[in-house]
Amino acid sequence: MVTRIELATKPDFFDAEGAALRDAAQDLGIVSIRQVYTRKVYYFSGVVSHAVQQRIAEALLADVVTQDYAIDEQIHCPADKEVWSVEITFNRGVTDMVAETALKGIRDLGIQDITEAKTARRFEFTGNLTEGEKELVVEKLLMNKVVEHLLQPGETIFFPTADDRFTLVQVALVDADDSDLLRISKQRDLFLSLEEMKTIRRHFRDLGREPTDVELEMVAQTWSEHCSHKTLKGSIDYNGQRIDNLLKQTVFKVTEELNKPWCVSVFKDNAGIIEFDDEFNICFKVETHNHPSAMEPYGGANTGIGGVIRDPLGTGLGAKPVINTDVFCFGPVDMKMSDVPKGVLHPKRVMQGVVAGVRDYGNRMGIPTTNGSVFFDERYLGNPLVFCGNVGLIPRDKCEKTIVPGDAILVIGGRTGRDGIHGATASSGELHTESEGTWSGAVQIGNPIVEKKIVDTLMQARDRGLYRAITDCGAGGLSSAIGELAASTGAEVDLEKVPLKYHGLSYMEIWISEAQERMVIFVPPEKVKDALELFASEDVEATVIGRTTDDKKIRLRYKGTVVGELDVDFLHDGLPETVRKAVWQKPAIAESPRPEKIDYTKVLHDILASPNVCSKEWIVRQYDHEVQGGSVLKPLVGAANDGPGDASITRPRLGSQKAVILSNGLNPKYGLIDPYWMAASAIDEALRNVIAVGGSLDRTALLDNFCWGNTEKPDRLGGLVRAAQACYDVAKVFETPFISGKDSLNNEFQTDSGEAIAIPPTLLVSAISVMDDARKAVSMDFKKNGSFIYVVGETKNEMGGSHYYDLLGLTSPSVPTVDGKEAREIFTRLSAAIANGCVRACHDCSEGGVAVAVAEMAFAGGLGASVCLRTMPRTSDVSRNDIALFSESNSRFVVEVDPKRADDFEEIMSLLPYGYIGEVKNSGKLLIRSLNEMILINEKIADLKESWQKTLRW
Amino acid sequence: MVPRVLVLRSAGSNCDEETGFAFEMVGGRADLVHINSVLRKKVRPEDYHILAVPGGFCYGDDISAGKILANELRYQLAETLLDFHRQGKLIIGICNGFQVLVKAGLLPSVDFQAPQQVTLTINNSRKYEDRWVYLSVDRSKCVFTKDMPDVIELPVAHTEGKFVAKDIGVLNALELNSQIVFQYTRPDGAKVAYPWNPNGSMNHIAGICDPSGRVLGLMPHPERHIDPTHHPRWTRRGLAEEGDGVAVFRNAVQYFLERKN
Repeated sequence: MVTRIELATKPDFFDAEGAALRDAAQDLGIVSIRQVYTRKVYYFSGVVSHAVQQRIAEALLADVVTQDYAIDEQIHCPADKEVWSVEITFNRGVTDMVAETALKGIRDLGIQDITEAKTARRFEFTGNLTEGEKELVVEKLLMNKVVEHLLQPGETIFFPTADDRFTLVQVALVDADDSDLLRISKQRDLFLSLEEMKTIRRHFRDLGREPTDVELEMVAQTWSEHCSHKTLKGSIDYNGQRIDNLLKQTVFKVTEELNKPWCVSVFKDNAGIIEFDDEFNICFKVETHNHPSAMEPYGGANTGIGGVIRDPLGTGLGAKPVINTDVFCFGPVDMKMSDVPKGVLHPKRVMQGVVAGVRDYGNRMGIPTTNGSVFFDERYLGNPLVFCGNVGLIPRDKCEKTIVPGDAILVIGGRTGRDGIHGATASSGELHTESEGTWSGAVQIGNPIVEKKIVDTLMQARDRGLYRAITDCGAGGLSSAIGELAASTGAEVDLEKVPLKYHGLSYMEIWISEAQERMVIFVPPEKVKDALELFASEDVEATVIGRTTDDKKIRLRYKGTVVGELDVDFLHDGLPETVRKAVWQKPAIAESPRPEKIDYTKVLHDILASPNVCSKEWIVRQYDHEVQGGSVLKPLVGAANDGPGDASITRPRLGSQKAVILSNGLNPKYGLIDPYWMAASAIDEALRNVIAVGGSLDRTALLDNFCWGNTEKPDRLGGLVRAAQACYDVAKVFETPFISGKDSLNNEFQTDSGEAIAIPPTLLVSAISVMDDARKAVSMDFKKNGSFIYVVGETKNEMGGSHYYDLLGLTSPSVPTVDGKEAREIFTRLSAAIANGCVRACHDCSEGGVAVAVAEMAFAGGLGASVCLRTMPRTSDVSRNDIALFSESNSRFVVEVDPKRADDFEEIMSLLPYGYIGEVKNSGKLLIRSLNEMILINEKIADLKESWQKTLRW
Repeated sequence: MVPRVLVLRSAGSNCDEETGFAFEMVGGRADLVHINSVLRKKVRPEDYHILAVPGGFCYGDDISAGKILANELRYQLAETLLDFHRQGKLIIGICNGFQVLVKAGLLPSVDFQAPQQVTLTINNSRKYEDRWVYLSVDRSKCVFTKDMPDVIELPVAHTEGKFVAKDIGVLNALELNSQIVFQYTRPDGAKVAYPWNPNGSMNHIAGICDPSGRVLGLMPHPERHIDPTHHPRWTRRGLAEEGDGVAVFRNAVQYFLERKN
């Protein structure tokens, strides 16, 4: 028996979601909708009386103040004609967490007869919609067919449970020829090359038997780009020069050479660890979740942030997650719908979904999201980038795992379903127009409350010493987690013990499923009982599924039958080495002639309004950036709490003023000219932001996230080599080690016509810095009438990739460079000046140059400024006002100084390039004079701010 | 004597630590206790003076905000809570905790039998928003607001914070009984609209107490304005002595210290 309960907002109350949908439809050009009425629907399976149905509706589901309910019927809107109704529900197997919670709520009411639940959403639209418009509304606004579908009348809601089938599957590999091998790799979505398949064939020929399906899958997963990073750790022939293990030669090497005593654990655990204070260390990891986010933005981003939170949680013996960060790259959000290629979601929808996904997970986890940025470029259209990062706080004596034979292996948290099968291997391939259908198994939706419960209980278990090792189930699921954690010992697992969401999974699916919210811990046998009790006390599922061994084999059993047995050495060291070709040539980019008749005021407005520069308040406010009670410098600062802060500052320990600064740098526009300088600029920018808020280089570490096109293509890989070399060179000079990183390759989209669109080479650099006293922080908003304004750092004629040139359609081969030695000196001295209390405000110069930086400081402070370009430090070839205003040269700051402290400031900065350029004025206007002191710009700050805010005021 | 605070955790609570910290800062002793420990009688609420239901997303706010925990209180702990209140003890619900209190039957008055009178529903902006607000304070009845200034600043961070009463009669009664403790306002005295009233609450209501003044629920987060560096403009105006939110916790703790003297 199925009970259907529908809820509707009472007629006198505001249906906020309905109103928002009508507005969104208007954005799509659909003006025929008069009203939208939204309904929540619950389905329940179980034989219950009408009285019980009523009790469920009234005591649990309905908010009786604002909602009406109906049992087994629909609640119709008042209109009697031109009403169109659609109901949407999740596809089978997709996480429906509201349904799971409803089941708990029903049991809490003492009702035992309901066994299953499912939710749906119903909408009634009034107005004369055409069939085409209806289709558009469904497809573009209401649902994503990857996870949902339109519910048809009479459709089965609850299915009888499937049987736990068991057939041992062997794959005929031993006698297969090369073409068979390739066919097997393709058919099984293994994404293994011929060379790799031949290596596996050789291994099983030696063993004298065929591999089982699960063995083959485990090898494919372990050897996938996602898990093994075989490109960057493999050999590269770069312009004829051989590089063995690019990462080892660059980002790892700089850390090794700098050899900072405060680096606790780098590049080996799930996150990099550095020292924080006497009792705690901090760890930091940034991951990407690009391909899932392209297919299902909400679920992709949701599980992206959920996944990266599990990295610090799985680092050492587990860190408490304390800060989130996120950085996105999207296609242009103002793109015409008709220009969006088939198989691609509109960038605005991708952005809305991604932001909502990060929001709903991060906020529910109770982790402040304090830092981030967004970058738009049309080459991200088919391949958006979603970077999610998490910082964890970990006791100093809990940073190492111990792996010994004989420990129990427990899986804790979420149950295992068919979700996410082949995520690791799929993310290593290119996207194409058929992605939606073929890889839907790889997309999931997270359940943050399950993960929150894991954090709550794990921290207790850790502090009680109940386990010896921990890792997360990410890409590759249990296969990857146990395969890696038990690599030094071996392990045996009884797969039928793994708790399942539903019956019918094969042993292979259980082993490689990427179901969310699962951690694996190794527990000493004598502590299993205590551990199980602790998890049960807060309703966290924990199950013993196997044990560590001493034979260095991963042995898998299903109901007693051995279904797989692999040598860990073959798994982890058997991957054949290949040499990839890489070339890089300076692209031929012309220097555009000098633009004529520039209206500088208009250009300034246009740059402020450009998507990459404009206010991101729409995103920032949707994230809880203050939970955990440690917010010091919020992402939005200034007189009206809405100016663009350079970096966030957070105190991760209540009652202590010791703080963590987080910032990032990202400059894909430069990458198309020279990835070397792009990488250098990204590092400079991330560090600039740390300095600008009052941090120093002293205890600052970096993370790298390379997102590239298909690196099988030599030109793509060549750019990556150059970027990695810059990471070494620049981090070396700044003495800022890399502590962790991740790469995502194959970010290309194949259009219908077969054209491959690669993303621009994109390196995200994230910086994390420890600040001794949070109360020394400064923000970027001008504070006081009469303050002196200085520019620190030299402005150069480097217009390539600048927002100004982009706006005017101009090109230049000279991209911003970094003079590391001078930059280091500037950063160090400015940091000293801020610590010294001379500085009232400081803002880094980045996109849009000095003009944008001063404008932002002026309107964020609600004051104004009068400045002149003549005294700005600059190279001799900066003779044009537009270059002085808008050049994006690195290592520069605009600084507000207390006039009484100006002498001190100048003394600290002596012999460095700096210049007094004017004063803060309480004029409400920004006045900028030219190199020869003529008025160039004289504009109301309110108008500049409006330009900056209007673009993403959704 | 040290007043003891039971900070009630559940699946999805997430402001429990800073709420406990705020109470301890002003001389209380806070235990973070999971609801299961109370339901399984491992912890007795009667051993405490103050019950605090912290912010968060209990059970994901999956049915509606606070609902599942509210039902646990209403259907499984009604007697315990009635006794707790009768003994003159204090209850505070912050953000998600406020949502729990109104749905459980602890606000606008402690009554587990009457149908729900008021609710907190989805913001007019339809989205989660984290922003700072100005609040005017009514000090006439509520224990938690004694000696507070006329206007304070706190952050709000929620999706379902729009205060709605069942009908105008309920709203009038709240006003008549001085139960409206916090209202969204703006310092310049101009008309209060979005974003000053961040969610579209009726009568700009941000927090209410019960007729005894001993049960308080509010959407803004006093525990997020404790340290002077919490304020969004401390880099402009300098560091204050303490955050505006401290008084809420101090008043609660002092209430017991003074009562016993």
